[in-house]
Amino acid sequence: MNDPLLVVEGLAKSYGGRMGCADVSFTLEPGEVLAIVGESGSGKTTLLNLISGQLPPDQGRVAYRMRDGALRNILDLTEAERRFLARTDWGFVHQDARNGLRMGVSAGGNIGERLMGIGDRHYGKIRDVALNWLDRVEIDPARIDDKPGQFSGGMRQRLQIARNLVTNPRLVFMDEPTGGLDVSVQARLLDLIRGLVAELGLAVVLVTHDLAVARLLSHRILVMKGGYVIEAGLTDRVLDDPQEAYTQLLVSSVLAA
Amino acid sequence: MYVAVKGGERAIANAHRLLDHERRGDRAVPELSPTQIDEQLALAVDRVMSEGSLYDRGLAALAIKQARGDLIEAIFLVRAYRTTLPRFGYSNPVDTGRMAIRRRISATYKDLPGGQVLGPTFDYTHRLIDFALAAEREVAEPLTAPVGPDTETPRVTDMIANDDLIERNLKTDETKPVGDLTRDPLAFPADRDLRLQNLARGDEGFLLALGYSTQRGYGRNHPFVGEIRMGEVEIELEIPELGLTASLGAVTLTECQMVNQFKGSLTEPARFTRGYGLSFGHCERRAMSMALVDRALRAKEFGEERKGPAQDEEFVLSHSDNVQSTGFVEHLKLPHYVDFQAELALLRQMRSEFEARQASSHPEAAE
Amino acid sequence: MSATAENYRGYNFAYLDEQTKRMIRRAILKAIAIPGYQVPFASREMPMPYGWGTGGVQVTAAILGPDDILKVIDQGADDTTNAVSIRQFFEKTAGVQTTTETGKATIIQTRHRIPEATLQDHQVLVYQVPIPEPLRFLEPRETETRTMHALAEYGLMHVKLYEDIAQHGHIAKTYDYPVLVAERYVMAPSPIPKFDNPKMHQSGALQLFGAGREKRIYAIPPHTEVVSLDFEDHPFEPTKFTEPCALCGALDSYLDEVITDDKGGRMFVCSDTHHCESRRAEGHVGALGTPITPVTEAAE
Repeated sequence: MNDPLLVVEGLAKSYGGRMGCADVSFTLEPGEVLAIVGESGSGKTTLLNLISGQLPPDQGRVAYRMRDGALRNILDLTEAERRFLARTDWGFVHQDARNGLRMGVSAGGNIGERLMGIGDRHYGKIRDVALNWLDRVEIDPARIDDKPGQFSGGMRQRLQIARNLVTNPRLVFMDEPTGGLDVSVQARLLDLIRGLVAELGLAVVLVTHDLAVARLLSHRILVMKGGYVIEAGLTDRVLDDPQEAYTQLLVSSVLAA
Repeated sequence: MYVAVKGGERAIANAHRLLDHERRGDRAVPELSPTQIDEQLALAVDRVMSEGSLYDRGLAALAIKQARGDLIEAIFLVRAYRTTLPRFGYSNPVDTGRMAIRRRISATYKDLPGGQVLGPTFDYTHRLIDFALAAEREVAEPLTAPVGPDTETPRVTDMIANDDLIERNLKTDETKPVGDLTRDPLAFPADRDLRLQNLARGDEGFLLALGYSTQRGYGRNHPFVGEIRMGEVEIELEIPELGLTASLGAVTLTECQMVNQFKGSLTEPARFTRGYGLSFGHCERRAMSMALVDRALRAKEFGEERKGPAQDEEFVLSHSDNVQSTGFVEHLKLPHYVDFQAELALLRQMRSEFEARQASSHPEAAE
Repeated sequence: MSATAENYRGYNFAYLDEQTKRMIRRAILKAIAIPGYQVPFASREMPMPYGWGTGGVQVTAAILGPDDILKVIDQGADDTTNAVSIRQFFEKTAGVQTTTETGKATIIQTRHRIPEATLQDHQVLVYQVPIPEPLRFLEPRETETRTMHALAEYGLMHVKLYEDIAQHGHIAKTYDYPVLVAERYVMAPSPIPKFDNPKMHQSGALQLFGAGREKRIYAIPPHTEVVSLDFEDHPFEPTKFTEPCALCGALDSYLDEVITDDKGGRMFVCSDTHHCESRRAEGHVGALGTPITPVTEAAE
């Protein structure tokens, strides 16, 4: 077994009197896909923001194994280090692609931004990489100079993924990546994500309310309710043999749907 | 042969001489005096004092005369003068609760201690041009009512606060001096003291449009006019060396206290929230607009979603000042030949490249 | 003291009070210590509009001494209206000697140009700056741009240049072309044409930038590295002119285009009027120029 990539211990966050999440601990191995499932308000988005360093926790720690092998608490990183990590070794795929893309910048510029951010200064090479990535996410490379506003919802989401993966991150956070898309578009996107994750050996923390998405993509599942993790385990085990009454309800409602 | 344009200095001097002539207009028409402007265009004077951030009626009136009635130009003149003035000290905070009331209305209570006082207002005038005013018609003396020595006019928000139904005004942190945006550059995020200072000298039209936008849903905050009051308050200065408090005189102020949508939490009972507007002179529209925008800018404090321009602190505070805005908009008329030439050169280069591409892809067209 | 200076006796030397000047000098010293970094300062209202050089005027007022010789140019010329107006302001309020000769000046306040003559160690060039933030049109938020500078996150700047090349085949920035100062801060050189960018690099003169409305001062100390941003395969190129100045025949100066009739007639003349005049005084004659005899000061 590898050394874990991400170690989360005793995370807690409350907003004034309202609890966001409490007592959350788990580890994530390199190349592992972890789904966090639950209804809206269950604390899964709070948790995602905590472990991606976008929200400071009240308690607990999030440790990440840097490329040099050292495990470091992300809260102890300087803002410069954290932002550098976020645009090189991590990715973040938002539910609304508009929050993850620069809508005023062409597809090529969107993909190239991270490269330029780490010092790439050769226009031709940046463009070649962008063309290659458009192809990989099944967008016609001829559209490299079009802006995301001219793209369909599914294409925008694929562009957002390409923009994140261009620096070969080891960990990608995804917040309802297929939310708001038509079913057929969803299926194609899920296929693409599954292929890329396997091919690139990405570790993923995936937040979704859709158990079908979790089943298709994830190795393991955390079920959240009221800010607590109430059940955790291998995806097939949790979905086929849920132990908690609440998980059983979730699973049966997806079966009914 | 070509001779380059010269003589900028003489052109400027002559332009200024012409401007002075135009300002005076027909010499057969009697010249306006600053006193006439102060007395008969008093609301223009009030606006110039407010946005010029200097309470001096005579100076504001003179600035209006010099600016030919262009109020933003007059405000600019007052500001440029103000910045050269030495600062002797800071007065005590004025107490609007002790205002000598000339107008006081509340939209939240039908009647209240001190009563509703309409005062001099355009409200309920029918907006019909008074042609008789073109000549110098008789003006009736106003009626007066006796005011008893015991007539108190407590602030409406204080009365609501006595029932603990409105947020308390935060206690001033004595260790933290009140900011001064005429002495320190504005930095973001800005606290409410700086925001209110900025709005108090902000352009009336800008504040009005933003305030209006909150009413139309761009950052709605459910306002009630708790109270508008206008009148005179005393300015007092403490002189620690002499151990006394001296009165420096009185200024006219308009204050608007908005009572807005209530907030509460698990630990705090629900209370109305406040928006505050204050202006020199009688400037009701700007005091009300300011109160709406002040409340809108507190969105973050109350955890409200920020989606309207009026709730966007950087946007509002960076664009409220009409002396800054007018300078930068009008600077576009300064010469830009150099930059334009740089653009022309690139454009011509791109055009010739385009034509070369066209020619090479359609060789027959080149014949 | 000149007769006009008499009328302004009520004001301090160079208009600003000494306390304000000290505040501005502190900002200038900090700016010199951190080349390219925008130092916030408590910009004052000046008796000329924001956007018309109030930042440059405040910087000049703060560093001006009675022995200084001041030159003011706008678009490279000493006789453009705003240059005349600012020069008169300092003649009135400081009574200092002014000049149009680049070499004679100890302080040169400029809008949109760097003089053609190489500046020397004893000179200070003061730029008037409208928008000091090079990232402003990519990211409107001050809080965010300050963080980007603090962390040297400048990828976005290159995204803009990338977009230009993708759209136009060229970096479409022809003035206010962003530079990297001393390998640290990306800086807006104010709207000088990119033709002038190389003059900032390793200049002997101290270069000060004042933005009054935006309340920022920044600086390039003498002999500092200033690099125009570009791509390896799309290198920075200063604007080149294909014809010489019609009056003095200069081949290496920045030119103004003058429309001479409404049938497409035009001529190109030096934008730096002093440069052009001194060349003509040395006997250089362009296609449309006439030989002139040397003059010391423009007859006015």
